[in-house]
Amino acid sequence: MKGTYLGEFEEVVLLAVAIRAGDAYGAAVVNEIEQQMGRSVNLGAVHSALNRLQEKGLVSSEMGGMTAERGGRRKRLYSVTAYGRRALEEIRQLRNQMWDAIPGTAWGQLNMQ
Amino acid sequence: MSPPRWPGYLLRWFCAPHRVEEMEGDLDELFQQRIREVGLRKARRRYVRDVASLLRPSLMKREQYDYHRPTNTTMLRNYLKIAFRNLITNRVYSFINIGGLAVGMAVAMLTGLWLYDELSYNRYFQRYDRIAQVMQNQIQNGEIKSSRSLPFPLIHELKTSYKSHFKHIVTSTYPEDYILTSGEKKLSKTGQFIDAEAPEMFTLQMIKGSWASLQDHQSILLSATTANALFGDADPIGRRVKLNTNMDVKVTGVYNDFPLNTEFHNTQFLASWDYFVATNAYMREKKWDNHAVSIYAERQPNISFEQATASIQNAELNVIRHLESMKGEAATNPQIWLNPMHNWHLYSDFKNGVASNDSVQYVWLVGLIGFFVLLLACINFMNLSTACSEKRAKEVGIRKAIGSLRSQLIGQFLSESLLVVVIAFSLAVLIVTVSLSWFNELAAKQMSMLWTNWFFWLFSLGFIMLTSLLSGSYPAFYLTSFQPVKVLKGAGLARIQLGRLASLPRKVLVVTQFTVSITLIICTIVVYRQIQFAKNRPVGYSREGLLMVPMQSSDFYGKTDLLRRELTNTGAVTDVAESQSPITGVWSSNDGFRWKGMAMASTDKFATLDISPEYAKTIGWQFVAGRNFSKEFASDSSGFVINETAAKLMGLAHPVGETIHWKSQWMTNNVEKPYRILGVVKDMVMESPFKSVKPTVFLLAGNPNWINIRLNPAVNTRAALPQIEAVFKKLIPTAPFEYKFADDEYATKFRSEERIGKLASFFAVLAVFISCLGLFGLASFVAEQRTKEIGIRKVLGASVAKLWAMLSTDFIVLVLIAFGIAMPTTYYFLDGWLKNYQYRTELSWWIFAASGLGALIVTLLTVSYQSIKAALVNPIKSLRSE
Repeated sequence: MKGTYLGEFEEVVLLAVAIRAGDAYGAAVVNEIEQQMGRSVNLGAVHSALNRLQEKGLVSSEMGGMTAERGGRRKRLYSVTAYGRRALEEIRQLRNQMWDAIPGTAWGQLNMQ
Repeated sequence: MSPPRWPGYLLRWFCAPHRVEEMEGDLDELFQQRIREVGLRKARRRYVRDVASLLRPSLMKREQYDYHRPTNTTMLRNYLKIAFRNLITNRVYSFINIGGLAVGMAVAMLTGLWLYDELSYNRYFQRYDRIAQVMQNQIQNGEIKSSRSLPFPLIHELKTSYKSHFKHIVTSTYPEDYILTSGEKKLSKTGQFIDAEAPEMFTLQMIKGSWASLQDHQSILLSATTANALFGDADPIGRRVKLNTNMDVKVTGVYNDFPLNTEFHNTQFLASWDYFVATNAYMREKKWDNHAVSIYAERQPNISFEQATASIQNAELNVIRHLESMKGEAATNPQIWLNPMHNWHLYSDFKNGVASNDSVQYVWLVGLIGFFVLLLACINFMNLSTACSEKRAKEVGIRKAIGSLRSQLIGQFLSESLLVVVIAFSLAVLIVTVSLSWFNELAAKQMSMLWTNWFFWLFSLGFIMLTSLLSGSYPAFYLTSFQPVKVLKGAGLARIQLGRLASLPRKVLVVTQFTVSITLIICTIVVYRQIQFAKNRPVGYSREGLLMVPMQSSDFYGKTDLLRRELTNTGAVTDVAESQSPITGVWSSNDGFRWKGMAMASTDKFATLDISPEYAKTIGWQFVAGRNFSKEFASDSSGFVINETAAKLMGLAHPVGETIHWKSQWMTNNVEKPYRILGVVKDMVMESPFKSVKPTVFLLAGNPNWINIRLNPAVNTRAALPQIEAVFKKLIPTAPFEYKFADDEYATKFRSEERIGKLASFFAVLAVFISCLGLFGLASFVAEQRTKEIGIRKVLGASVAKLWAMLSTDFIVLVLIAFGIAMPTTYYFLDGWLKNYQYRTELSWWIFAASGLGALIVTLLTVSYQSIKAALVNPIKSLRSE
């Protein structure tokens, strides 16, 4: 397994996979990120991020679910592994912990200036 | 409503195959969706952008099979093992295959080295591209004559009026033999007197001294071997050397010997041109009619040879047309031109102002033959390896059934043939290394393996790749395409499928092989017959026991009578005579003869040889009419003895007693003098035995330069030589005793023809050998394939003789076809070759018949061994079911 450091984009992709649970594949992840974040992403960036996540063991994949829209081609369906879920939770916890550590006066002083 | 196509190709080409499906799916899905959301144009643009973003290295990485890594080396080892086992099982085929290919490659390498040597002639000089020899074209008797000898004042003309075109202009004498004396040591060496700029222009590799070392008048540069021969290990710099008897020089430099494939390979020392002129009264006159100078020039980098030639071409004419004494010369329209160094070797003969390309054709002909021998070997190799591989169809089927991929099988067969070719190549390199010294002797060259030449390795590598690919391609691509079920079900299926189509190219190849072989056999026979024909030519004098001594310095002159007396007194010598030029050469020829019934002098050139009266007895003249010169008649000094050719040319029925008038600038001081014919002798072959004899007049003019000595046949040569040497040492102590045997010298006249003959027979033997190897292999293969058929025929009553005939006829027909092709082509070429010789043998029909018959017999012998073996097999064995 590669290092477990999760980049910002990788985190977003991992979250998108979690949101689209059961139907998370390249195009779906692109749609999800574009909807949620309001910015356009390249398919290549998503594919390469998914690839990296899988190498790190945060997601797993299997082939399946062909539709006419895709010209009868199969999708690679990703799902978050237990390890992936724990990584997301750890990030969230770390953020919360840091939020909690911000003293109440911080915002006030900023506003004063 | 579809996306652009080309990004899809890119995707499929670059991205990992196992990802392409999902990627294309995603791309299509997003595209359809975007058409609805943002319209077709934008959707298309996004599509292209997405594809571009997908072309990244992490997505191009091919899928790794789990089982690849651990089994790769195991399978490779297995391939190697199978390859070696195959080589050992088919021992005979392998031997024929590898041996034949190795011999072919070795021959190709040797010819390649020879070609390289010929084409790199003179490249030793670093300024190869910029050096030229100044030449002169003159019109004589309506024909352009090109000459390297230039008039002396041209040096001054070029160096003053045309200096701007040239970086260096270097004047030189011709290479000539000189006696080098240092203390007690005396050596005769060939050398040139040359301008001081020469070492720099010809970029001499100086061991001692520098390029400027020739600037002093009395300086000399020695080649390393000469320096070693004169001074041993002692430092030669500053030592004094005497050249002949009249020149004193000091050694100022030593240079590496010029390699054999350069223009100056004979030159063993370089001395100062200015000193030569200073010590030579004739040269000091610097007259326009002194044609005894060679001039070399190095052009300026910004000027081409053509431009330089254009400006200097009238350099001589512009001056001499104003000189009264040179009117005759000016009428020949002398044109000066530059002959670039790269043309010196292969374009050295000029006919009517145009360089003949005979030697270039000769070089390419040898190259072509080498190529053909290699081709023969390759044909064999391909033939045999495809034939053998047909037996491996089953192996392919089993491998496939077990799970081999086709790509793996292709790799296996290709690497197998690569292995065999590499073995053959190493063998070839070995053969070449071992035989190179022998080949050098044969070809009279100094070639060495080009171990450090990247071109050689590149070429070898390319050749190895090509041969292994070609010979391995049939099993690799064809055999592996079968479905395992079919191959395994009927063992013979693959073979049947090949059928007639597969054997046709093989037949063509056999015909090609034998055409080349028969051609070479015929050539060899004809070359040898031509040599033998010329060797059997009556020479008109007796060569055995005839010693020739050049009179190398002025000390010889005036001592000839003394020498004659002393030499005959030793008892080892019967006769001594002087002559102009040795008996094996004609070094003097002149025109200006006028005989009965002619108003004007003839333009025919006669050999004019100055002799002493003893000449007749010494060399064994055979008189047809008249008598020899005699010392008793003073009038004989204006007498001629002529040869039969001269008598025939003059058309005189009774030449003896006739008077001939002769006017020659050199021999009679431009005054017409009458000469009386005293005798006629049989023609003597003094020059090339392949040429017709020149009309010759012998006379007593009193300045011969060779001494001919007839040894006493009763005395052993080995005992006679020291006695003769002692006499020379006593009477002429300043010159080393140097001699040549007439029969040795005569033998050298055949050297180049004998070389062609040896080369031709070398190639012919190899070509026949290789062809027979191939034929042997093929015959045995065919016999093996037809084992069952032969068995059935035997059961049905065929006799051994009939079976033998059946199996052999196929091959005989092929050889006959080859003979039919070879005969007219060789006739055409050899007819042209023989036309080069004035004295030549005939192309008789039996040569062709004999070589055809020979090829047929060899074929029969080769094939019969296999066919009789096959025909003798008990049908029970061959028909037994497996």
